[in-house]
Amino acid sequence: MRQIAIYGKGGIGKSTTTQNTVAGLASLGKKVMIVGCDPKADSTRLILHAKAQSTVMDLVRELGTVEDLELEDVLKVGYGDVKCVESGGPEPGVGCAGRGVITAINFLEENGAYTSDLDFVFYDVLGDVVCGGFAMPIRENKAEEIYIVCSGEMMAMYAANNIAKGILKYASSGKVRLGGLICNSRNTDREDELIEALAAKLGTQMIHFVPRDNQVQRAELRRMTVIEYSPEHKQADEYRELARKISENKMLVVPTPLTMDELEELLMEFGIMEADDESVVGVAEAASK
Amino acid sequence: MSTELKTVEGITKESTQAMIDEVLELYPEKGKKKRAAHLAPNDQASGSACVKSNKKTVPGVMSARGCAYAGAKGVVWGPIRDMVHVSHGPVGCGWYSWGTRRNLMSGITGVNSFPMQFTSDFQEKDVVYGGDKKLATLLQEAKDLFPLAKGISVLSECPVGLIGDDINQVAKVAAKELDIPVIPCNCEGFRGVSQSLGHHISNDTIRDYIIETREFPEPIGPYDIALIGEYNIGGDAWSTKPLLEECGFNVKAVWTGDGEMDRIAATHQVKLNVIHCYRSMNYMCKVMEEKYGIPWIELNFFGPTKIRESLRKLAELFDDNIKAKVEAVIAKYDPQMQAIIDEYKPRLDGKKVMLYVGGLRPRHTINAYEDLGMTCVGSGYEFAHTDDYDRTASEMPDATVVYDDASEIEMEHFAHILKPDLIGSGIKEKYLFQKMAIPFRQMHSWDYSGPYHGYKGFPIFARDIDMAVNSPTWKLVEAPF
Repeated sequence: MRQIAIYGKGGIGKSTTTQNTVAGLASLGKKVMIVGCDPKADSTRLILHAKAQSTVMDLVRELGTVEDLELEDVLKVGYGDVKCVESGGPEPGVGCAGRGVITAINFLEENGAYTSDLDFVFYDVLGDVVCGGFAMPIRENKAEEIYIVCSGEMMAMYAANNIAKGILKYASSGKVRLGGLICNSRNTDREDELIEALAAKLGTQMIHFVPRDNQVQRAELRRMTVIEYSPEHKQADEYRELARKISENKMLVVPTPLTMDELEELLMEFGIMEADDESVVGVAEAASK
Repeated sequence: MSTELKTVEGITKESTQAMIDEVLELYPEKGKKKRAAHLAPNDQASGSACVKSNKKTVPGVMSARGCAYAGAKGVVWGPIRDMVHVSHGPVGCGWYSWGTRRNLMSGITGVNSFPMQFTSDFQEKDVVYGGDKKLATLLQEAKDLFPLAKGISVLSECPVGLIGDDINQVAKVAAKELDIPVIPCNCEGFRGVSQSLGHHISNDTIRDYIIETREFPEPIGPYDIALIGEYNIGGDAWSTKPLLEECGFNVKAVWTGDGEMDRIAATHQVKLNVIHCYRSMNYMCKVMEEKYGIPWIELNFFGPTKIRESLRKLAELFDDNIKAKVEAVIAKYDPQMQAIIDEYKPRLDGKKVMLYVGGLRPRHTINAYEDLGMTCVGSGYEFAHTDDYDRTASEMPDATVVYDDASEIEMEHFAHILKPDLIGSGIKEKYLFQKMAIPFRQMHSWDYSGPYHGYKGFPIFARDIDMAVNSPTWKLVEAPF
């Protein structure tokens, strides 16, 4: 069983990419489980055709204690026999979402959700690793492989580099490795070259460039993956290709994160950022005239 | 277990149910519905639980329960004397759980015995930046200061689980660097409904980190046993261990009262596990049975009747040599115990006792009171499960009230109606009942007394009960009934 965690900046398309990739793996005959680690609980809707799956934490809240919960209450099976679990958690601004992730993964372990017939477990993790709870999926004996979803936008690349720093911390004490960057295209200029260059500096690869295609949104409106909605569409081929590459990937590295200066140099090289003009820093508009 | 039906004059299933219904009327509708399932008249003949248990405490009632951390630190790990036990988190949990359980330890403090308070004393910065580095430093310091400590347990307090620190990783690295076992125990207080989950989590860590990592230095013999769920409260183990040795057994390890890590780790080599506190250690007994084929037997060492019964049950599993020794031991102590009964029974005969404690006492001590002529008119546990209540049914008189996770209002109401001559419970209950002019014994820690286990314990138990029940003090306080 290979356990894989997907990280990336908020809104970059982690859940969509994960579910389409998982659907691709399922169509290759692989047995997969998705564990959504985000209080928004939208990591499994395209597989289950559901608005929102009832989450581990929702049911814990209802029943009062996690000990009263049964596995079948929270583990649903969707497209391609993919098993789906959502950790769930609080509304923004209250409680502790990180603990929700820990509680949910502990529950799955104690209740035998990690069956030996599974080929892959995917953790779809909230955008920012803000506390130890969101690093739970990459602790010992859990995911040993991470893919970062990013695009050619500046903030997505900052986020990718920051995540690489987190991986470095865990990689130095454990077995977790970076498997590659998944470029979820935003149609920015020279996007593929840029992500290739970033990947090279991080010591990894751009495992696949997923082009932008509105077919993804059309499928999402139907709460489906492209693979299921339109298996013949060229975008479905892209996700199957990504699934195949992940399935065959042997390039697992301890990343070499960039310093801020190095990252900015790279962005300047590709024209995304201009060199700071120190003469204008701190000068108000009126004073500059 | 006795098969004859025990009854109490004036108590019927109907009268007990009526008493329960009265107290339930004091609750709002929702609370009433929830609590109803946890209160019932005992059905002695059924031999099975009459109440629901191990459920979340009803909000608003004053519960006597502890937390998972308390179950791990206070009960299972804390009593092991030659290890350092770290309360990982803010200072309060460690401080207020320090020494309060009265699990006594032998040895030289700081050398081979550590009845001390170790804490990582979390500050704001440790919550914000994580406490893993501080923990690593602490473990190194503990090893430097106490090089003879056999191991270190790391017992998580609530904040550690909330910020998601990976103590397992820190412990793994430290264990390698310090070359001693470092056991991470994820026993955050908010986990589970009571201290009971803390016991279970701790048993799991013994299974994962300790058992089978050592071997006994001496040769293995046919009479090698381990005493499980004996925590040496007020010196209990110093009564039960010599007693079993006098019967011809080699008590190779005590779990965990005055316990030694190396011996606990080698317990997979014994021939039989004798368990006293079933609730807190049945998990490991079952693991050792499954994994190493070691049978286990649950015994009761309170009061001469149960001690006699238990020793004979134990002897049945062994040869004539043991049987002869056990009979000799019983013959030796029975007259001594009879002298105690002759002294105290006239003063205690017919007196009524209500119990509300944890672990094993709500059932195990009933017969010790009966040895003194007393009657149990109500009993219950803070954190028991169904299998505990199953074991309680046959010990309690028929139709007497059973209460699970009882609240103060329930206990107070039952006391008003049942008018007990003694209540045995915990520190929170103590002053309530003393103000009601009801004699009281704090039965978690033996009220600064003990031991109560074994032949050595019974005279002390009898003296303490007499002292409480027959103290003239209570006649000076006007009882409210």
